[in-house]
Amino acid sequence: MIALNVNGEERNVDVPEDMPLLWVLRDVIGLTGTKFGCGIAQCGACTVQLDGRPVRSCVLPVASVGARKVTTIEAIGTTPAGKKIQDAWLDLEVIQCGYCQSGQIMSASALLDRNPAPSDRDIDAAMSGNICRCGTYTRIRAAIKQAAKA
Amino acid sequence: MSKPSSSPTTATSRRAFLQGGGLLLGFALFGAGIKPVLAASTAQPVDGDVTAAFAPDAFIRIGTDGLITLILPNIEMGQGTHTGEATLIAEELEVGLDQVKAVDAPPNDKLYATAALGGQATGGSTSMRATWEPLRKAGATARMMLIAAAAAEWSVPAGECVARLGVVTHQPTGRQLAYGALADAAARQPVPSQVTLKDPKDFQLIGKSSRRLDTPGKVNGAVKYGIDIRVPDMKVATVAACPVLGGKLGDVDDRAARAVPGVRDIVRLDNAVAVIGDHFWAAKKGLEALDISWVDGANANLASANIMAALKAASERKKPIMARQEGDVDGRMKAAATKVEATYELPFLAHAPMEPINCVVHVRPDECEIWVGTQVPAIAQGLAAQVTGLPLDKVILHNQLIGGGFGRRLVAESVAQAAAIAKQVSYPVKVIWTREEDIQHDLYRPAYYDRISAGLGADGLPTVWVDHVAGGSVLGNYIPGGWPEDKLDDDAVEGAAKPPYDLPVIQVDWVREDPPVPITWWRGVGPTHNVFVVESFMDELAHAAGKDPVEYRRTLTRNQPRAAGVLELAAEKSGWSTPLAAGMGRGISLHDAFGSYMAAVLEISVSPAGEITLHRAVVAVDCGITINPNTVEAQIEGGLIFGLSAALYSGITFTDGRVDQSNFHDYRILRNNEAPKIEIYHVKSSESPGGIGETATVSAAPALANAIFAATGKRLRTLPFNRDALKTDGADKKSVSMIPPLAAPIAAALASVKPADTELEKL
Ligand code: FES
Ligand code: FES
Repeated sequence: MIALNVNGEERNVDVPEDMPLLWVLRDVIGLTGTKFGCGIAQCGACTVQLDGRPVRSCVLPVASVGARKVTTIEAIGTTPAGKKIQDAWLDLEVIQCGYCQSGQIMSASALLDRNPAPSDRDIDAAMSGNICRCGTYTRIRAAIKQAAKA
Repeated sequence: MSKPSSSPTTATSRRAFLQGGGLLLGFALFGAGIKPVLAASTAQPVDGDVTAAFAPDAFIRIGTDGLITLILPNIEMGQGTHTGEATLIAEELEVGLDQVKAVDAPPNDKLYATAALGGQATGGSTSMRATWEPLRKAGATARMMLIAAAAAEWSVPAGECVARLGVVTHQPTGRQLAYGALADAAARQPVPSQVTLKDPKDFQLIGKSSRRLDTPGKVNGAVKYGIDIRVPDMKVATVAACPVLGGKLGDVDDRAARAVPGVRDIVRLDNAVAVIGDHFWAAKKGLEALDISWVDGANANLASANIMAALKAASERKKPIMARQEGDVDGRMKAAATKVEATYELPFLAHAPMEPINCVVHVRPDECEIWVGTQVPAIAQGLAAQVTGLPLDKVILHNQLIGGGFGRRLVAESVAQAAAIAKQVSYPVKVIWTREEDIQHDLYRPAYYDRISAGLGADGLPTVWVDHVAGGSVLGNYIPGGWPEDKLDDDAVEGAAKPPYDLPVIQVDWVREDPPVPITWWRGVGPTHNVFVVESFMDELAHAAGKDPVEYRRTLTRNQPRAAGVLELAAEKSGWSTPLAAGMGRGISLHDAFGSYMAAVLEISVSPAGEITLHRAVVAVDCGITINPNTVEAQIEGGLIFGLSAALYSGITFTDGRVDQSNFHDYRILRNNEAPKIEIYHVKSSESPGGIGETATVSAAPALANAIFAATGKRLRTLPFNRDALKTDGADKKSVSMIPPLAAPIAAALASVKPADTELEKL
């Protein structure tokens, strides 16, 4: 049994130690908001936060999470930065198919949490690991800036 | 596996939808028309009528509680179709968009299943064009029935009543009734045979940037895509098809795989093997533990170079099929003062939608239930019926929200595969392809080899234009029995046959050379390929004539007002004639794909190492009446980036019959830090709406090719653009932009058995 704290809830999961957190969330716990896109840390669709830091859950063995708190897209709206990002995302109509957006929002919320006034360079650094196949990048950038002002 | 957090309903929604009183209208779309095929108070029995005999494509339901539900004919894949279609209905129904609920994915009911399957596929930027008039008529029909009901209630002429925001008002007396209160009575009104549509000047919703209906659930993980479906007792499978395209499965030693904890079953197919486990991780580890031998088959020695050589040979030797021939082509070519010729090569492309291929199937002895996001539900259902041997009406397909289509979900071969896997076990299976499987077993946008030439007169303008297209037939894959050998596949020349220029003497033809790998449509279909050639070559002609590319196009669009309109607007807004710093360049492209006109100017720079930086894109569009400007702009931004990604990075190549690329590290997608600023300007238009989902994808590659020429003087005629050809610093190292920016830390993270936190945090 591996103990996890996911979105404030204690969970015990009976899974192999090397199982990536992504699949524990999706297939065992049933939190499907975190997405699978590439499985090799290239696309960012699987981004979750560990103690507020963005990580790619598709390459993160569940046993290495330890006591750190896992936050997923389902609960990011309860954090101040997450709420601001969600509001800006809707306000600027960032989303198209939406499949990448859980990861985008998790990365952007973590950025805003650490850096209340991110520059273009900061956005480049924080967001270039999140691919959007629908090409919503210009709006993502604008929405982060808007959220920073909110 | 723990208990599923959500399990889709099976038989309940239909009742829920049909019962509860109120007005229910079902409409069938046919061609450009529409007719009501179902009008009922849900108190009446309608079950008997709901058969394949009539297949409504769209529904309007107004409950006695005032709830208005729209069930829409096209699948939402992120392009905003639902919002657009709801806007059309709501405009004429006289309700606000906030008063309606558009059903995101078709409900799990037989009624709609019939409708969706009878309906059109969603693709080719057709949704708004096909539904522009019919859906407004549907809304107007419902409105007239509600007004008639109110008029009858008050015993006044219907002409004295108006509807607005879900309420009917009797103007002389000010009496009012809400739609909910009228719904039952409206259901008893005759369906009007004639409906009048609003004057466009009275539009309340069309032309406004209404909020999208499908997005709130996409910021908090609430919406479910096909890949998120979980049904009771479901297991998860992943699959490996023969890496050599067209090859078969040989022997499989599955002893090690069966020992992997959580692995349940190993399923062999003709050309693939699947491992089913309690969760995806078990399935994937099990698959990796298989010892598989493949039977490579006819493609064992296939290489990209062979395919391109075959295309070239076919282009030069085979008799072409004529798409268009006007004027004395040969005579003009002989008489030309200057002759310009060029050949262009385009690669195979994978779709790589963000949501990997997936499908949940439960095959029971007497029926088969499928949950999948597809653009072609009818084809998917048919394939599953074939595979399972069940009659069509025993295959129940629940269509799901799609995480990106781009043409990939216009084919359903993966549904057939999932059904073949599920058929061998008793429980429901969710098949998920890895990204590697997705890239290596796609149906690809075909490669093309095009020879194009023009004769120029003394004034430098083309007196004759000849475009020889060579490539496979995409449409052929959709026609049972294949495409007739001597018949033109319009898709192959779409965007080439009628460029928006005054070119009185013109020949466009197509040589068919089907590649030995599967092909299908890709965002922007024919025009993405053809306009790259046409618009690159138009630039070549301008330079051959010593003319400015915009000026040259201006002269050739004198009789093409809509093309000229976007050309001028893009030139003006981009500051076309203002000088740029050394190493920078501007390129333009102009086209009229999918009933819309678009000119795009790209501003870029090229470094001495050959690296391309995209600074700014200015797009002018005339897409007719704009239903939702914000959606149009989003599609242009996304479509442009999609096309730029392909032009800069994408190309599928083959070695020994195997696809060389495998995931986003070697099938690169443009990243946020690489995207240009994008400005979009509209030409006001009262023409019918044109398509917009693919239009800007078409603009991207030629605008970039022309910008590269402007910046460097080098003409790149092969996609994706080779940075090494642009180097001026003499360095012989590989272009760095072909290496993804995050590769180094990722490789480190993957290599370490227990990834260090610090490395992961960098990812
Ligand atoms: S799925 Fe984890 S980065 Fe792509
Ligand atoms: S919104 Fe579709 S992949 Fe980003």
